[in-house]
Amino acid sequence: MSDTSDTVVRPAGFPSGAAPGPLRRYGPWIVLALLLLVLPRVFSSGLSISTMCVMGTMIIFALSYNMLLGQSGLLSFGHAVFFGLGGFLTAQMMNMMAGGEGPLPLMVYPLVGGLAGLVFGVIFGAVATRRAGTAFAMITLGIGELVTSSALILRGFFGGETGITVDRTEIHQVFGLSFGPQVQVYYLIAGWCLVSVIAMYAITRTPFGRICNAVRDNPQRVNFVGYNTTVVRFIAFSLAGLFAGIAGGLASINFEIMNSAQMGAAESGSVILMAYIGGVGNFAGPIIGAIVVTYLHLMLSDLSDVWELYFGLLFISMVMYAPNGIAGVIMMQRPLIRRGQLLRVAPYYVLALIPGLVALAGLSMIIEMTHQLSISASEGLGMTMMGIAFNADALLPWLTAVVLLGGGGWLGVRAARLAREAYGAAMVRGRVQ
Amino acid sequence: MRKLFATTAVALTVFGAAAVPASADTVKIAFVDPLSGGAASVGQMGLNHLKFIADTVNAAGGVNGDMLEVTGYDNQVNAQTSLVQVQKAIDEGAKIIFQGNGSSVGIAIEEFVTKYNSRNPGAHILYMNYAAVDPAMTNEKCSYWHFAFDANVTIKMEAMTNFIKDQPEVKKVYLIDQDYSFGHAVADTAVSMLKEKRPDIEIVGNEFHPLVKITDFAPYVAKIKASGADTVITGNWGQDFALLIKAAGQAGLDVKWFTYYAGAAGGPTAIKQAGLDGKVFQVNEGIANLNYGPAMETTKAYTERYKDAPTMFPRVFNAMDMMVKAMEEAKSSDPADFAPKLEGMTFQSFSNGGEMFMRADDHQLFQPIIISAIGPVESGQVDEENTGWGWKSVGEIAAKDTIVPTTCDMKRPG
Amino acid sequence: MAEILFFSAVNGITYGMLLFLMASGLTVIFSMMGVLNLAHASFYMLGAFFGFEISRHLGFWPGLVLAPLIVAVIGMGVERYGLRTVHKHGHVAELLFTFGLTFVIQKLVEMVWGKLPVDYLVPPSLDFPAFTIFATEYPAFKLFGLLASIAIFLALMLVIKRTRIGLIVQAALTHPEMVGMLGHNVDRIFMLVFGVGVGLAAVAGVIAGPALVTQSNMAGLLGPILFVVVVVGGLGSLGGAFVASLLIGLVQTFAVAFNISLADVFGPVAADSGLALYLDDIWSVTVAQVAPVLPYLLLVLILIFRPRGLMGNRES
Repeated sequence: MSDTSDTVVRPAGFPSGAAPGPLRRYGPWIVLALLLLVLPRVFSSGLSISTMCVMGTMIIFALSYNMLLGQSGLLSFGHAVFFGLGGFLTAQMMNMMAGGEGPLPLMVYPLVGGLAGLVFGVIFGAVATRRAGTAFAMITLGIGELVTSSALILRGFFGGETGITVDRTEIHQVFGLSFGPQVQVYYLIAGWCLVSVIAMYAITRTPFGRICNAVRDNPQRVNFVGYNTTVVRFIAFSLAGLFAGIAGGLASINFEIMNSAQMGAAESGSVILMAYIGGVGNFAGPIIGAIVVTYLHLMLSDLSDVWELYFGLLFISMVMYAPNGIAGVIMMQRPLIRRGQLLRVAPYYVLALIPGLVALAGLSMIIEMTHQLSISASEGLGMTMMGIAFNADALLPWLTAVVLLGGGGWLGVRAARLAREAYGAAMVRGRVQ
Repeated sequence: MRKLFATTAVALTVFGAAAVPASADTVKIAFVDPLSGGAASVGQMGLNHLKFIADTVNAAGGVNGDMLEVTGYDNQVNAQTSLVQVQKAIDEGAKIIFQGNGSSVGIAIEEFVTKYNSRNPGAHILYMNYAAVDPAMTNEKCSYWHFAFDANVTIKMEAMTNFIKDQPEVKKVYLIDQDYSFGHAVADTAVSMLKEKRPDIEIVGNEFHPLVKITDFAPYVAKIKASGADTVITGNWGQDFALLIKAAGQAGLDVKWFTYYAGAAGGPTAIKQAGLDGKVFQVNEGIANLNYGPAMETTKAYTERYKDAPTMFPRVFNAMDMMVKAMEEAKSSDPADFAPKLEGMTFQSFSNGGEMFMRADDHQLFQPIIISAIGPVESGQVDEENTGWGWKSVGEIAAKDTIVPTTCDMKRPG
Repeated sequence: MAEILFFSAVNGITYGMLLFLMASGLTVIFSMMGVLNLAHASFYMLGAFFGFEISRHLGFWPGLVLAPLIVAVIGMGVERYGLRTVHKHGHVAELLFTFGLTFVIQKLVEMVWGKLPVDYLVPPSLDFPAFTIFATEYPAFKLFGLLASIAIFLALMLVIKRTRIGLIVQAALTHPEMVGMLGHNVDRIFMLVFGVGVGLAAVAGVIAGPALVTQSNMAGLLGPILFVVVVVGGLGSLGGAFVASLLIGLVQTFAVAFNISLADVFGPVAADSGLALYLDDIWSVTVAQVAPVLPYLLLVLILIFRPRGLMGNRES
C-alpha cells in the first residue's frame, strides 16, 4: 500500500509539441550552449566561476537523481553514494596516471566516474530495485550508511576522513590546456554538463523513458502489458548511477579533493532538496533547483547562523503547498501566457507576496532572536537586523515579530485565496475567448 | 547575529562583481571555520579571539601602520564548501587564511593554497593553521605556505610518553581510539614510543571503534576491565570521549586516563559526572591555572569582553603574535615577504613564557607542552564548564623535549 | 570471557528493548497510515531534550511523564496540519514531508540546545549500581530502562488485545482498507495513533537520554538503525519488529566483544602483491570495528534471501 502509484508527478518537459521543427528541437540546446560559453565573461570573478563550477556539477547530479524520483517514482536516500564512488575512482585514476604517464587527457576522466557509478549502480540496483516504494527508500538509506561507514574503515582506498587529493595539472595535457586556471575547469564542466543534460533529456524521450513514467504511475498495468517493472527500475537506477558518477568525477577534478563526507547522508539529502525544490515533475526543474540551492548554500551561510533551518522550512512548505517545485509554479503560468491573461493575474500575485514577505520577516525575527537567546547568548543579547539594533530579550521586538508573522500570515492566506480565484477565473476566461 | 541582514544586498552583488582589491591600509585576515550549525560555537570562539587580538594590535597603532581586519567565512566543516569560501575570501582581498577546525578541511585548504600560489603568478596566500593536527600536514603534504601552531599527534605523544616514562605505577596500558586516521595515528605512535621508552609496559589492548557512531560504550568498558589495564590512552574527542568516560564511571572502572582532548567542550562535565578526581590527564599547549603573569592579564581582559564564553585558546595568541612580529620585521604584510621571517622564529609561549620556535624544515611550531589533571579547584582558580573542577599542571615538557623528526621536503618558491 | 558475554547480553537486550519501544510506534503508524515516519527518531530526540529541560526545573520523574505528553501533542499537530495536507499529494510526498521534518527538528534542537551533549543527569534515586558481577557494576538506571521498556511493551500488548481502539489497530494491521470502509472515524484514529506512536518514541528518549547521550545528532545516529529494524522485521509486523529489535541490539553489542579479523583466521595478506595496500584494510578489520555496519549488512542479506522481512506478510 505504500507504493508510489498515486503520485501527482506528471511527465512533462521542454520543448513540447507534436512534431517539432529543427529550430524548435535544437534551438533551446544551442541557446544553452551559447549561454554556457559567455557566462564566465559576464560573471568573471574567481568566486562566481568557482560557484558556477559547483552549479554545473550539481545540475548533472540533481538531474540524475530525478531519473529516479521524477521519472520513475523511486525515492532514494542514498544517491550520493554514486556521486562519491564516481569521484573517488576518478581521483584514484588521476593519481595513478599523474605525471603525464597515461595517454588520456583530463577531459575524459569524468567517464571513469561515470563507469564507476554505472558498475555500482548495477551492483546496488540488483539489491535495491527488487522492492519499490518505502522498502526501496529504506534499502537505499541502508546502502548509503553501509558505503559511508565502510569508506572510513577502508582507509587505504578512501583516505580516511581527510579523503584523497589530486593534482589535475599533472594529467597528460593536450591543446596546451593545463587546467590550472579555474576558467578552463569551468569549460570542462560546462561541456560535460551540456552533454549529460542532452543525454538525460534524450532518455526521457525514448520508449524506455516512457516506460519509466508508466512504472511510476501504474506499475500494475505495466506488468500486465508484459514489462518487468523490476527490470525497468533496475535500468533506471543504473543509469542514474552513471550520471551521478560523472558528476562525482567532475567534482573531484574541480575541487581536487574527495572525501567520504561527499557521499554521506547530508549530500544525499541535499540532492533531494535540489530536485524537489526545483520541481521533479519537469525536466528543467532539477536544473533550477541545483542552481538555487547551490547559490543559497554558499551565500546564505554568511547571512545567518541558522540558515539550514530556513532551508528545511522552505523544503517542508514546498512539499505541502507547491509539490511541483519552482518549475511547477512557472509551468502553471504557461496557459495564462498563452491566453494572454498573465497581466490580469499578476497584481494578485504581488498582493499575496507582500504580506507573505512581511510574515517571513516576522518568522525570521523569531528564529534569530531565539537563536540569540540560546546559542549565541555568549555574544551578548544585542543584535542587528536590517540595520536596526535591538536586544533579543526585549518585549517590543518580540511583539513586533508576532504581529508581523500573525498579521502577514493572515493577510497572506487571504490574498493567496484571492490569487487562486483570479487564476481560476483567468483560465476560464481564456477558455471562453 | 553574526552579520547584518542588510548584507543580503552585498551578497547578491558578489555574483558578477569583480574582485574587490584590498585597500592599502588594511590587512585582511579571513577566518574560515565552522560558523553556522551546531559546531558554530567552537568557530565563534576562534573568531572572538582573532577580533580581540586584532583590536589590541590596532589600538596600539596597527602593524606597520596598517590596520588588521578579520572577516569570518563559514566552512560548514565540509572540505569542498570551504574551498569556495577561501576563493570568496581571496576575491575580497584576503591574503591570510586562518583555519583550525576539521583536519579534512585543513588538508583541503593547505593543498588549495599551495596550488593557487603556484598556478597564479604573483599570488601569495598564506594558511595559518591554529588547530588542525593531522601529522601529514607537516610531513608528506607539507607546504611553504602553511604554518602549524598546534602540536600535532606525534609531538603530543612524545610529550605524553616522556611523562609516562617516569610513572612507575603504569604497567598495563589499554589503547582505545576512533577508527579514522587521527585515532590510528595516536595508537601507532603510542605503541612505538612506549616500546622504546618503557619496554616493560605491556599493551593489553589496542581497540578502534567507529567514529561518532557509538551511543553506549559499556561493552568497550567491559573489555577494558577484563584486560586488567591500569592506564588507558585515548585520542577520543567530543561525544566519543564524554560517553566513554560516562560508561567508565557507571561501571566503576578505576584506571588512569591519558587523553588528547579531555578539556574540549563536554569533557570536564563528563569527567565530573563520573567522579574521576585526578585520574584524567590531558596534554596540550596551555591551561588556565598556570599563574603566569602576562597570560593572566590578557585572560582577564579577554574574559571581561567575552563574559559568557571565557574559554581560552593560547595557540591563537601564539599564532597572531608571531605573525604580527614577522610582519613588523619584514616591514610588509605580504606573505611572500614575512613568511621567511616567520620560519625559524623563536618566541615566548603565551601560556607560561617558555621558549618555542617555528621549525623552518616543516613550519611546525614546537612549544612547551603541559600535562595536567582535572579535579576540584579552590575558589579564585579557573574551573571548567561551571563544574567546580579545573585543570592543574602535573608536569611541563619543554619545547626541546618534544621534537620529532619530519619527512617534509619543503618546496620554497623561486 | 564469561563476564564479557554476560554484559554483552544484558546491554544488547537493553538496547534492543529501547529500539523496540520506538519500532513499535513506527510499525503501528506505518500499518495504519501507510507512511513510514522518517522523523520518528527525531521525536525520540525531542523527548530526550524536553525531558532534560523539564528535569532541570522539576526533576527527572515529571519529565518522564510530561515530555512524552508534549511530544505526543506536537505529533498530533504534525499529523493534523502537516501530514493530512500532504496526504493528497501521495506517498512520496508524505515520505518527503517526514524527511523534511527530521531536518527541521534537528536544526531547531541545534538552535536551542547547541550541538554539544547536554548535561542530562541520571536521577539521584537511581544513581547507584544495581548489582556487581565479575567486579563490574551495572547501573540501576539502565536496569530501570530495561524494566520500563518491558512494562510498556506489556501495556501496549494489553491495549491492542483488549481495547476497542486496539482492535481497530489490529484490524488495520491486516486489512487497512476494510477498517476505513467500516465507518470508523479514521482521521481521529490516525491522529491518536500518530500521537501515541511518537509519544512512545519520546519515552524512549527520556530513558535513553541520561543513560546514553542527549545530543542533536542522536536522531541521526538511531534513525537509520530504526528503519533497518522495521524492514528486517517485515514492514507492518509488530512481532517482526520485536524480534528484529532484539536481534540488532544483540548483534551490535556482541560484535564489539570480538577482535577477530580475516587476518587472524587466514593469516596476513601477502605483502608483495600490488593490491596489498587496499586489501590489507579489509583483511585486518576486526568484527568489533564493523559492528555499526552489521545492521545494514543484515538488511541487505535479508532482502536478498527473504524480501518480505523476517515476519512480514505482505509486499510493501
